Amino acid sequence: MGIIEAKKLIFEYIRRDEEGNVEGITRAVDEVDLDIKQGDFVAILGHNGSGKSTLAKHLNAILYPTEGTVWVDGKDTAKEEYLWDIRQNAGMVFQNPDNQIIGQVVEEDVGFGPENMGVPTKEIWERVEESLKAVGMYKYRKHSPNKLSGGQKQRVSIAGVIAMHPKCIILDEPTAMLDPNGRKEVIRAVRALNQVEGITVILITHYMEEIIHTDKAIVMDKGRIAMQGTPREIFSQVEKLKELRLDVPQVTLLAHELKKSGVALPEGILTYEELIAALMAQ
Amino acid sequence: MAIILDHVSHIYEEGTAMEVAALKDVNLVIPDGQFIGLIGHTGSGKSTLVQHLNGLMKPTSGHIYYNGADIHEEGYNKKELRSKVGLVFQYPEHQLFEIDVFSDVCFGPKNMGLDEKEVQLRAYAALKQVGLEDDYFYQSPFDLSGGQKRRVAIAGVLAMKPEVLILDEPTAGLDPKGRDEILDQIASLREETGITVILVSHSMDDVAKYVDRIVVMNQGGVMYDDEPKNVFRFYKELEAVGLAAPQVTYIMQALKEKGFPVNTDIITIDDAKNEILRALGMDK
Amino acid sequence: MLRDITLGQYYQTDSVIHKLDPRVKLVATIVFIISLFLIDNFIGYIIAAAFLAGIVKLSKVPFRYMIKGMKSIVLLLMIAVVFNLFLTPGEPLISVWKLTVTKEGLRFAVMMAVRLVFLIIGSSLMTLTTTPNNLTDGMEKLMSPLKKLHVPVHEVSMMMSIALRFIPILLEETDKIMKAQIARGADFESGNLIKKAKSLVPLLVPLFISAFRRANDLAMAMEARCYRGGEHRTKMKPLIYCKRDGAAYVVLLIYAVVCVYFGRIFTI
Repeated sequence: MGIIEAKKLIFEYIRRDEEGNVEGITRAVDEVDLDIKQGDFVAILGHNGSGKSTLAKHLNAILYPTEGTVWVDGKDTAKEEYLWDIRQNAGMVFQNPDNQIIGQVVEEDVGFGPENMGVPTKEIWERVEESLKAVGMYKYRKHSPNKLSGGQKQRVSIAGVIAMHPKCIILDEPTAMLDPNGRKEVIRAVRALNQVEGITVILITHYMEEIIHTDKAIVMDKGRIAMQGTPREIFSQVEKLKELRLDVPQVTLLAHELKKSGVALPEGILTYEELIAALMAQ
Repeated sequence: MAIILDHVSHIYEEGTAMEVAALKDVNLVIPDGQFIGLIGHTGSGKSTLVQHLNGLMKPTSGHIYYNGADIHEEGYNKKELRSKVGLVFQYPEHQLFEIDVFSDVCFGPKNMGLDEKEVQLRAYAALKQVGLEDDYFYQSPFDLSGGQKRRVAIAGVLAMKPEVLILDEPTAGLDPKGRDEILDQIASLREETGITVILVSHSMDDVAKYVDRIVVMNQGGVMYDDEPKNVFRFYKELEAVGLAAPQVTYIMQALKEKGFPVNTDIITIDDAKNEILRALGMDK
Repeated sequence: MLRDITLGQYYQTDSVIHKLDPRVKLVATIVFIISLFLIDNFIGYIIAAAFLAGIVKLSKVPFRYMIKGMKSIVLLLMIAVVFNLFLTPGEPLISVWKLTVTKEGLRFAVMMAVRLVFLIIGSSLMTLTTTPNNLTDGMEKLMSPLKKLHVPVHEVSMMMSIALRFIPILLEETDKIMKAQIARGADFESGNLIKKAKSLVPLLVPLFISAFRRANDLAMAMEARCYRGGEHRTKMKPLIYCKRDGAAYVVLLIYAVVCVYFGRIFTI
């Protein structure tokens, strides 16, 4: 069994009018099956409103399925008694860097999770130190979060999650509010966690460049899984991605256009080194 | 006519130990009808610069002229200036407040003291310009999707009929399709009305396709100010200050280095495709 | 412009007072304030002044910095003095037109002024030398006996520290929304009171919406990090008394005794 599994997961929002009568039901997640293995780096893609964030919130027991089941490390998220285990094992980083930092000093914020878990004081300090070092923020430990850049704040949030020693972390559009430098910083930190520490990573995003290095990508649309496969398999379907309101990295797009014009290129080119090598072989 | 910035500097806490120069001796001429991309990373001074253009911030030294008049001269009508130089802030949907979309868009023209009918005509025209369908006009702005909210907020500024439209990161947080839709809309708006547009962004990829001119800001000063293809020739220098040229530029440069006979002054995917086809002898 | 509020903001430096346990500082502040209201003679005030001056010196906070924060309360001080000066009945000293200054009035006015000034310096010393976080921790610990009476001590202190963290963020946001509305021709300055109040709607509505959105996000982020109230919780920086704090309590006790004896009991 994988670290995260979902079977026929359905989630419905009930919309009510001002008097509280049911106005309608919106199905945000529709029969989703997932099987994520320990150590994987998985991307979940989709346009705004495709259901990807709602799905993510199920993996940390913030939302519970209307129908179907989600297991984190073998534990059913709908069962009250596993709640704290699940939240500790599946840490979550959110989109807005300002709205998830609780402490007024970087190190205190990172210590917040372990404090809640009842970790002894001495060990909290050890965890805070190693977590801040893992994301390259150790030298900012005494700073006020208000003085940091967006990318730095997100790295502090990531440190706050790894200090809880989770088996997997879910990042819900962690780079959507950052500038290109901040995005790179965060993605680099996340990749290092996956490769060096072996933490399972689930990255939710709509920036296509960010998924190139993942093991597997899942594309959501209207609450359903529309596509899944390796990044190369996904990116070889340029037209389908466009239909789903997404795009592909510019290199992939250029290769796709050239191919349409009759140049013999392989499908799913991801980096410009690959494109150049393929063109030189002409 | 034009906006002219003459030796404009803005220094915070001048004369103290905490002195920070947000703008350093900026000289720019922004002629009517141009489409300008203002590029720089966070903290480069680009947001400070645009707040000077409509008089929200005052330079600590230097002058700003709009249509030949110094905007900080005694008695200059700042309110009118702000309707002529429309500024759309980052995440503009966060400033929506009215009970329905239409009333919110009316806020700007109403503040200009126009009569009721004119206000409504302008609001209607502005909402049409951003491509919002009539069905949404009397909905609460808070029930719309992120992309729609942003359109409403942009319409709120367009309804003042500005001569210059400044947009600070209009695509932040939108998905790829939403991003393209907003940028295409702005480009077609400019085509139809001939309005001057200044697009503030930190992404070269976003603006390269649309603009006539790129102004690159770094550490409060203007680093480059030229046509896109001339600016992208400095892709190595841009990288050194944390910016990047469009990916296409890198591809063409790398091909040329490998001995592929291509022209490197290329910005869009289409041009790149044609150029590579030409080099391969496959053009029609 | 909105961030220029300095009254009692933490002043970063390294002093004995900064290092004291926040509980000591809280208790000392309370004792000092009580002492000010118990004293009713001149000697008492000299003792209080000397005690305060000693602490100011030890805290290494520049006196100028403290005074800067007091400008905002000058008006309040004046009103208190003027009222006491003219409205206290008693033996008349000087009489101008219908206003009479009495001997008792003069005495009261001076006492009131001294009390107020001392009170403000004393309490701002506490906030100047203690980080807000430390202060809320101290309050939580001091008030923890109240938990038995079902007073939500942990919750209150958590709320205070979150509020403190979000104040600068919300101030910045206010500034941004204000600018955005000014760019749409809004006018926050001119007009009468009703017009002014109305003009705040375009500022307050977006601000409230944003504050609620942030609160919602934060609550979710806290839950995701296993927050479940004060129980089972450990502390990264637990408050532990050390020798220095004991010594400070002794000094405080001596002050209190001396002050009460000379300032109240020992009357001529």
